[in-house]
Amino acid sequence: MTKSVKPNPIVDMMDKIGGAAATFGNDVCFFICFLGELAKASLVLIRHPGRFRGRDMLYYMDLCGSQALPIVICICYLMGVILGFQFALQAQKVGAEIYVADGVGFSILKELGPLMVAVISTGRAGSAFAAEIGTMKVNEEISALETMGFSPVGFLVVPKLLAMLFTMPLLIVFGDFAGLTGGFTVAVTMMKLTPVSYIDRTLEVLLPSTLTMGVLKGLVFAAVIALVGCMRGFQAKSDAQGVGRATTSSVVSSIFMIVVADAVLTRLYTLWGY
Amino acid sequence: MVPKQGMIVEVENLSVGYEGNVVLEKITFTVPAGAIFGILGGSGVGKSTLLKHMIGLYPPLCGEVKIFGRSIVNCPETEKYRLMRRFGVTYQGGALFSSMTVGENVALPLETYTNLNKSEIARRVQEKLALVDLQGAANVMPAELSGGMKKRAGLARAMALDPKLLFFDEPSAGLDPITSVELDELLLRLRAQFGTTIVIVTHELASIFGITDTVILLDKQAKTIVAEGDPRKLRDHSPSLWVHDFLNRQGYDHAPANQE
Repeated sequence: MTKSVKPNPIVDMMDKIGGAAATFGNDVCFFICFLGELAKASLVLIRHPGRFRGRDMLYYMDLCGSQALPIVICICYLMGVILGFQFALQAQKVGAEIYVADGVGFSILKELGPLMVAVISTGRAGSAFAAEIGTMKVNEEISALETMGFSPVGFLVVPKLLAMLFTMPLLIVFGDFAGLTGGFTVAVTMMKLTPVSYIDRTLEVLLPSTLTMGVLKGLVFAAVIALVGCMRGFQAKSDAQGVGRATTSSVVSSIFMIVVADAVLTRLYTLWGY
Repeated sequence: MVPKQGMIVEVENLSVGYEGNVVLEKITFTVPAGAIFGILGGSGVGKSTLLKHMIGLYPPLCGEVKIFGRSIVNCPETEKYRLMRRFGVTYQGGALFSSMTVGENVALPLETYTNLNKSEIARRVQEKLALVDLQGAANVMPAELSGGMKKRAGLARAMALDPKLLFFDEPSAGLDPITSVELDELLLRLRAQFGTTIVIVTHELASIFGITDTVILLDKQAKTIVAEGDPRKLRDHSPSLWVHDFLNRQGYDHAPANQE
């Protein structure tokens, strides 16, 4: 009869922590190498612009931009409604209803607009990038690219990255506008503010720089979504489960990195006086 | 490693594996120009792994691979990519780019690496597709093709830049016997028409006896080459019982590693 070994929870926990740390370390190394590959591939494309897959970029701009527009507008509008409602409840207590425009405007333009668009884009585009590249790996398409003398990073990542960088600011502008409209709807229908007074107040407090800062955040988020999505695709193991895990991981990692980037950027903006 | 006259592929003392696990070791062979060379072995022996190391997709644990007299192991990346453009590779499933039509797949290397105008590229695409009996398939998406058609389309793409050397990973895998024979005949036709050197990885004995001039036989336990030569001679006259049994499709219980 074999003697059963009692599991030691501390050893077990240490093992898990060690494993997670090793995985994190490997991911960081992989990401640095990936950035290096991307820089090299970008230089090659600058030297040989004919090799750039412009048509692929347009396809991804459609996928990440125009196809995402309805859901972006819908979510951001509802976010504006929710914010407007919450601000209204508090503002009514002190008779400061007009300041709902300030609350909704700043929250949407500075934080929630870019953040919501980034989360939607992660779910749509980031996961699609990871799944696409992972499936290409399973089908040996990545190997085929390499043996045809193409850099897979240059061929697959650069069009996706550029498409995200072009479309994300536009989506954020649309999302911001939808969010402001949501706040406006609450203010006019529930709080009985006049449309003119609400719009006047919004235009008074929101400066072009407020919008610009949010859009600039979007550029960072776009890079994070495209790079993390593609990197997870390249890291996928060559089977169906591997692709599934890579897709999940791309969404989780991207959202985590977006929140971290948002925190850092918000702190920087505060230091710079915005 | 001294370059050998007339040898298109030279593999010397190659050890391959993943994450420190040795799959195959001390692999040495050469492929002469114009030959159809077979890499043969049972499932899981590492045939495809060997091929991927030979074509420069993975760095070997040790050893040397030269293609057209140039090392693909110890060379800068730009040099490696340049060398890769001189040979074609056809993968098990065709590895066509699923977002492009068959015609776009074949046109891709021509658009990227040549200065040909659009009409000339279109003409060459038709020519390559006709070569593999896929006339009229230029505007079809890869998902609409059968397994055999995908492999032939992959071959058309591999032939796009008129390489003098082609690698095939399991050309007959998943194909019915008739399609498999058609593909074998296509390979023989390519060699006859263009003098192309062909290296195929397979465990299909019918293909091996039908088209190859020379084979190497790999064994999982020995982790190396256990026989090399004309497959028909090996089948009929090999002194090794294991090799004889393998090539005669018989069950065997004499593992070469245990054989004297």
